[in-house]
Amino acid sequence: MVRPIRPSHGAVVTATSLSLALLATGCDYLSGTGGTSAGRDGAGCEPFAEWADVEGGTVDIYASIRDEEGERMQRAWHDFAECTGINIRYEGSGEFEAQVQVKVDGGNAPDIAFFPQPGLLSRFVESGDALPLPDSVAKRAQEGYPEDWLQYVEHDGKLYGTPLGANVKSFVWYSPGFFEKNGYEIPQTWDDLITLSDTMADDGVKPWCAGIESGEATGWPVTDWLENVMLREHGPEVYDQWIDHEIPFDDPKVTQALDRVGDILRNPDYVNGGHGGVKSIATTSSQVGGLPILDEKCGMYLMGSFYAAQWPEGTEIAEDGDVFAFNLPTIDEEIGTPVLGGGEFAAAFSDRPEVVAVQEYLATADYANNRAQEGAWFSAHKDLDLDALDNPNDRFAAELLRDPDTVFRWDGGDYMPAAVGSGTFWRAMTNWINGSDTEDVLSYVEQSWPKS
Amino acid sequence: MAFDILAELPKLLWLVIAVAAFLAVFGVLLLAVDGGPRTRYDWWQAACFLAPAGILLLTGLVYPVIRTTVLSFHGPGGDTWVGWGNYVWMFTRPEILLVLRNTFLWVIFAPILATATGLVYSVLVDRSRYESIAKSLLFMPMAISFVGASIIWKFVYAFRPANADQIGLLNQLLVWAGGEPRQWLLEGPLNTLLLIVVLIWIQAGFAMVILSAAIKAIPAEIVEAARIDGVNGWQQFWRITLPSIWPTVTVVLITISVQTLKIFDIVRTMTGGQFGTSVIANEMYSQAFRYGQLGHGSALAVFMFLLVIPLVLIQIRNARRTREAQSL
Repeated sequence: MVRPIRPSHGAVVTATSLSLALLATGCDYLSGTGGTSAGRDGAGCEPFAEWADVEGGTVDIYASIRDEEGERMQRAWHDFAECTGINIRYEGSGEFEAQVQVKVDGGNAPDIAFFPQPGLLSRFVESGDALPLPDSVAKRAQEGYPEDWLQYVEHDGKLYGTPLGANVKSFVWYSPGFFEKNGYEIPQTWDDLITLSDTMADDGVKPWCAGIESGEATGWPVTDWLENVMLREHGPEVYDQWIDHEIPFDDPKVTQALDRVGDILRNPDYVNGGHGGVKSIATTSSQVGGLPILDEKCGMYLMGSFYAAQWPEGTEIAEDGDVFAFNLPTIDEEIGTPVLGGGEFAAAFSDRPEVVAVQEYLATADYANNRAQEGAWFSAHKDLDLDALDNPNDRFAAELLRDPDTVFRWDGGDYMPAAVGSGTFWRAMTNWINGSDTEDVLSYVEQSWPKS
Repeated sequence: MAFDILAELPKLLWLVIAVAAFLAVFGVLLLAVDGGPRTRYDWWQAACFLAPAGILLLTGLVYPVIRTTVLSFHGPGGDTWVGWGNYVWMFTRPEILLVLRNTFLWVIFAPILATATGLVYSVLVDRSRYESIAKSLLFMPMAISFVGASIIWKFVYAFRPANADQIGLLNQLLVWAGGEPRQWLLEGPLNTLLLIVVLIWIQAGFAMVILSAAIKAIPAEIVEAARIDGVNGWQQFWRITLPSIWPTVTVVLITISVQTLKIFDIVRTMTGGQFGTSVIANEMYSQAFRYGQLGHGSALAVFMFLLVIPLVLIQIRNARRTREAQSL
């Protein structure tokens, strides 16, 4: 038998104690590098006076906003962080929707998360992880934002988030120059829209382009189409019932609306300018979908206000520029043109004083204006300075949101349970573009609605 | 961006701390071993050294398996008991049955085709003049990650309308041959087979390298004896080469099968599971993490686990048989 070799006792003791000592000093050093309160009383800090007695500290924010957009957002709250001494640690992730669940379940929840989907936030409200807004934050939210927005984060009479950015998804992008050259008028009713489409088709231009490819999210632009038509054809009340599942997902009204969308999207005479036939919609990326407008290969493209960022550099976005957008016209005079849109809500998972301070600040008009000045952004805040919006398209959208007559509804797909809103709804619409029967795809989604 | 040593200092410190912690744990362990009882010292020593691995296995493997199994009998949030509900859901929903069918297609085609390609290739280039170059060519895709390979192949299958310039190789070939460009990734079940091609492209190199080594290990006497008996190439392959390397072929087949069962990256990168191409691993991730349906996700995970078990058993049995053969 082999006798086990024993390590020398002295060497072991030295190695162990040395590494333990190293461990201890290292941890000391790191815990000593907390938030510095430099610049706290510096010049330019007057707007943040009300947070003067916050003790600094660190606030973790987690969201899906990345790259350039993420940096602009961080610049917008930079002064606030400097002056209050609160260290805001921001992390943007492309996997936000899946990872935020993992973080919360793992006991590693961020202090604040920005949710683009009120439905996802509801999941955390139900599990008790997300905290209701403290009164000071709720008050600001109610003063700053319309009820149409806050209803999506209200549970049992309490608010769970403050709106941040906004987007409008009822936009139809077009080329003003192309319209003028051919004498096309911006349609005011759905019938006008169809007449215009026919005229374009007769003139030898495909009136519509579309692209719905977006990785695992493929199909979402069609859900915007359907939601817009649902809103215009049946009105906001029926729309609310539909997204709350008070009427079945495959109600005859929905079939009617999807068939109306099909009159455009599944009409080979109308689509898909510059990309191919009807089925090319499924493999054309939503980001390049509208670009043929610039080459006059297609007339119109329904896509959110955020599409402004996709035009190539040098494209002038203005009412008399290269591209601009109009609000998808009305179907029923009595209902008018409700606006479909989205954005983010800031919700908190902890209530330390510094976290509350950040929440309060994010709900102010000051933050909204700072963020707007960084460019390519607007919100539904009532006191947002419209002159700070550099882009005529953003201004148009912000004015639309602010108009007291505007009925606003959140993108239903972001509100429905995730299994539907970011799952079967997208899949069903992709299959529908690929030729599946309207009633079949709608009943497929209805079947998949989680039973709770 | 410049590397600022001061800004990165905390990270470096974490690194040092992690290494120190590792050493400390090790030191404590050695001390414990050292201070053990004099009697049955070797038993004590084994227990101490096996304990860390044992604990990690328990917490990282055994516990998750049990918890996933328990979750698969619960509802979306993991708190309501639903019995076999999730499994019933799995085998009745048409879209999940499609997922199971796709996984079945993958497991049938990918391992067999990848192994066959690797085998034929290694036999053909064996002892030829350019063997090493030829082998590196097939082996190279192994160095590309699944995601990278998927992006490359997405370009190969790319579609542009008939009147525009094609950017996809496959459609360009089709156009040159006088055909109309097609949207390859749109039509099932062809699209699943086209995704399988990507895995074969990556794995054929692996199969080729292993099988080629096995072919070279066939005793020269056997081959010579066969030659003297006057076999032709065809007979040599079926009667000599294949039977001699059969154990290796099964190992390669099973390794690729297990890889195929858990295939995720290719599907997620190329189609995101759309157009009827989803597979079990992709659907499991979507259900559990994107849709918040923990029960559904867990049931799919358990099912996948059950599918892998027989393959692992075969593998273990083979390994044991080889060991017995060697010890004779």
